[in-house]
Amino acid sequence: MASEAKAAESASGLPQLDFSTFGNQIFWLAVALVVLYFILSRIALPRIAAVLAERQGTITNDLAAADDLKARAVEAEEAYKKALAEASAEAQKIIAETKAAIREDLDRANAEADAEIKAKTAEGEKKIADIRAGALDAVRDVAKDVTAELVASMGQKADGRSVTAAVNARMKG
Amino acid sequence: MRPAGAATKGRRMATEAQGSEGGGLVFHPMDQFMVKPLFGDGAVGMFTLTNVTLWMVLAVAATFALLVLGTSKREIVPGRTQSIAELAYDFIRKMVEDVAGKDALPFFPYIMTLFMFIVFANFLGLLPMAFTTTSHIAVTAVLAMLVFVTVTVVGFVRHGAGFLSLFWVSSAPLPLRPVLALIEVISYFVRPVSHSIRLAGNMMAGHAVVKVFAAFAPMIALSVGVGILVTPLSILAITAIYALEVLVAFIQAYVFTILTCVYLRDALHPHH
Repeated sequence: MASEAKAAESASGLPQLDFSTFGNQIFWLAVALVVLYFILSRIALPRIAAVLAERQGTITNDLAAADDLKARAVEAEEAYKKALAEASAEAQKIIAETKAAIREDLDRANAEADAEIKAKTAEGEKKIADIRAGALDAVRDVAKDVTAELVASMGQKADGRSVTAAVNARMKG
Repeated sequence: MRPAGAATKGRRMATEAQGSEGGGLVFHPMDQFMVKPLFGDGAVGMFTLTNVTLWMVLAVAATFALLVLGTSKREIVPGRTQSIAELAYDFIRKMVEDVAGKDALPFFPYIMTLFMFIVFANFLGLLPMAFTTTSHIAVTAVLAMLVFVTVTVVGFVRHGAGFLSLFWVSSAPLPLRPVLALIEVISYFVRPVSHSIRLAGNMMAGHAVVKVFAAFAPMIALSVGVGILVTPLSILAITAIYALEVLVAFIQAYVFTILTCVYLRDALHPHH
């Protein structure tokens, strides 16, 4: 028994060098490799490739969509800025129009007031002239009376027509 | 010729006998590599269901679970499993594209098969009680020969006799070229050897070392005085070697794959 074991030991020290098992190992290795090759090349690798491609596609699409949205945001901002500028311009216009209207009203009112003032002034001046004229007549009458009285006091009879003529001449001179 | 099963049984007896001579510690670090039938204790024939079958099926099943079941939802925002599957896909695809070139992409499923099989065989082999299929030279030699034959056939189909310019270093001085050609030819034929032994050797060595340290671990049960030092140290060593093996499991799969890509590049673009 012991000698048999020793013989076996020396015949094949390493299990790796036990050639009687080589056929078995090679056969099952071939089976395993063929099965594995078909699993990988038919199912696993195409599927993973598809998943990776799909992911790449999704990422590309999402990036494109993001770019699109960004462009739209920029567009919207521009539109907003434009609307703002337009509104501001409109407001400026309205302000200017209103200012002009107010100025016109003011000018008209001023003109009317000026005219009225002018009329009133003219009327006043006329009244003053009238009054002055009245005063002149009164002065003439008083001067005539005074002259007649003076002449009378000197004992002479005052001729009314000559007195008037004299007073008129004096007042003109 | 005696049946292989009897040989297996005999060998185990031999190692146990050795162990009992060595003071009660049981050393058989190579037993984990034995090819055994799953059912019964008969001979290992070509089509016998063995632990090799089991762990290869598990590697295929794990790849299936990761790359097919893990991606079954086809999520745009991937979950954890799908992320890992996509990572593996991108990793190998990029490797093929960067190392072997864009025209090597038709070989991507083939290289992906090699990588997934090796990486899962390596990692599953790290489970306790597991069998590491890639620790067997029979397995890695077939993998390496597949690459070698593929690369050689592709080279001759694409370039005809022009493929031989791979061995003719036109940048070297003329008298040196025949010598270099001889060296190049030898190195070309050594490729599958190094390619396969690198993987199997790494896997076997690491697992064997773990087993050796594991055999020292129960020392405390035999002698408290020695064991108080040896047992914690060996457990620490197992942990450290195991961590290294996790790294090696990935790196060796990576190395095997990237070398395949390098060889493929030589076949597609043989001109130096």
